[in-house]
Amino acid sequence: MRISKEKCVGCANCVPICTVGAIYIDEDGLANINADECVECHNCYRSLSFEHLPPSFTRTIRRLLKKISLRFQPDPDICPTEALVPEDLEWPRIVRRAFSDPMVTHESTGVHGRGTEEVKTNDVSHRIKKGEVGLVVEFGRPGIGVFFREVQKATRVMATAGARFEEGNPVTKMMTNPATGDIQEDVLNEKVLSCIVEITTTIQDLVHTLTIIKEVCKASETVVSIGVSTVCEEDGSEPLRDILTQEGYETGWAKLNLGLGRATNASFTNMENL
Amino acid sequence: MTNTLHRFGKPETLSDDYIVFAMAGKGFNEEGALEKAQAFLRAAIKYNPINMGNGLINSLYRPEKNLSFFKLYFIGRQEKITYEKLIDEIPNSGSAAAVFDDRKKVTQFIQDVKKLDLGLSINVSALVDNVRDICGEVDITPHAVEYTLGFHGDTTRLPDRETLSLSTMCGHGMVSANFAKKMLTHVKEGRMDPEDATRTMAKFCVCGVFNTTRAMRILSNAKKGQ
Repeated sequence: MRISKEKCVGCANCVPICTVGAIYIDEDGLANINADECVECHNCYRSLSFEHLPPSFTRTIRRLLKKISLRFQPDPDICPTEALVPEDLEWPRIVRRAFSDPMVTHESTGVHGRGTEEVKTNDVSHRIKKGEVGLVVEFGRPGIGVFFREVQKATRVMATAGARFEEGNPVTKMMTNPATGDIQEDVLNEKVLSCIVEITTTIQDLVHTLTIIKEVCKASETVVSIGVSTVCEEDGSEPLRDILTQEGYETGWAKLNLGLGRATNASFTNMENL
Repeated sequence: MTNTLHRFGKPETLSDDYIVFAMAGKGFNEEGALEKAQAFLRAAIKYNPINMGNGLINSLYRPEKNLSFFKLYFIGRQEKITYEKLIDEIPNSGSAAAVFDDRKKVTQFIQDVKKLDLGLSINVSALVDNVRDICGEVDITPHAVEYTLGFHGDTTRLPDRETLSLSTMCGHGMVSANFAKKMLTHVKEGRMDPEDATRTMAKFCVCGVFNTTRAMRILSNAKKGQ
């Protein structure tokens, strides 16, 4: 993303909109983007409304009003001159957008948003099985962002501790060796708004795995959001909540997969008819 | 929809927050999923969801890309579209989400979705005890559960509680902390109504999972200095 110097009038509405604080007002009084910090989420371009005012005229009005201590200020969600310009992104910078723009579908998994279905389609995919626990460790969330070199520090520690990374996950797909947690070198200096590392473990090993993740989090320079999931028993109960409560976690908010999904693609129904 | 898992706030502030969403599993049931996602959202309309979205087309609340001086100051802004328009615009399934602020309505909606037997995976993000009670009432045995363990790492980088309560309602982080803080300040200073600030923030959450009722309450409390 870039901001057109020809169009920007320096109203600064885009500054707080930026998800990672990468937009600032430069010494020339116009908005600029710190390209190293920008995660290419396209939030500024997509969600600001555009008013299409003539830039020169608007700048003049702003200058005149300023002389009498008044200010022309559009509504906080409007860019008055449509100054935001999306750019064609090439590898590896395009990785930023794939992980940060929720409207982009990850090529590696075919899933938009963060690129993983995790437990939300588990009633059809069964990627987490009974007795297993899925951990979603999201680096950079909420609202701070993370470079992949930072993520690699964590995945290396997790791998050394024997973590089993979920195969259908975009971060795992970028690993050169899931056994070591190494991530391909050309993306290490790319920053994303957040990315999810997914691990599968067993109920028995959960406390041990959480201890490792806690250590990883302590060493992290960014924030980390953690989610844990498991499959319910026939009566709907599950052992996870008691374990988490014993470990001192609050378990008020959760996501429940109601189990109403089923495989309906032709390939499955044809097999049933065989 | 991990984007609905880490909403920040004390349980008592989350009791009117229910996100119900439908999703197809790639390789399992994405064939015909568009029509099913549309049927899911149409069923929701009966219970007046406070927000809805698809993730690929934006939510009920939309930015306006063709504003003009005349539109802005004489016609007025059109910041929200109808349920029907949103449903008609869905290009392919992705996911479909509806947000409710009323337990009774969400219970009836889940009952209807069960009867529709769409075959899509249906998830509910809310206070877990409330969802379990609802499951009991509509005779559904949940398949799986995912708990949030909250925020870790360098949490000194996080903003204050009020700001975080607003910004985490878009789990994709599109309602930035700086913007949520700006809206709180505008409301406290009397430069914006809580309703206007809520609508303005909701436009940035493209998946439509931003709970406008809860946001309005947070902003109204802030206005009163609470």
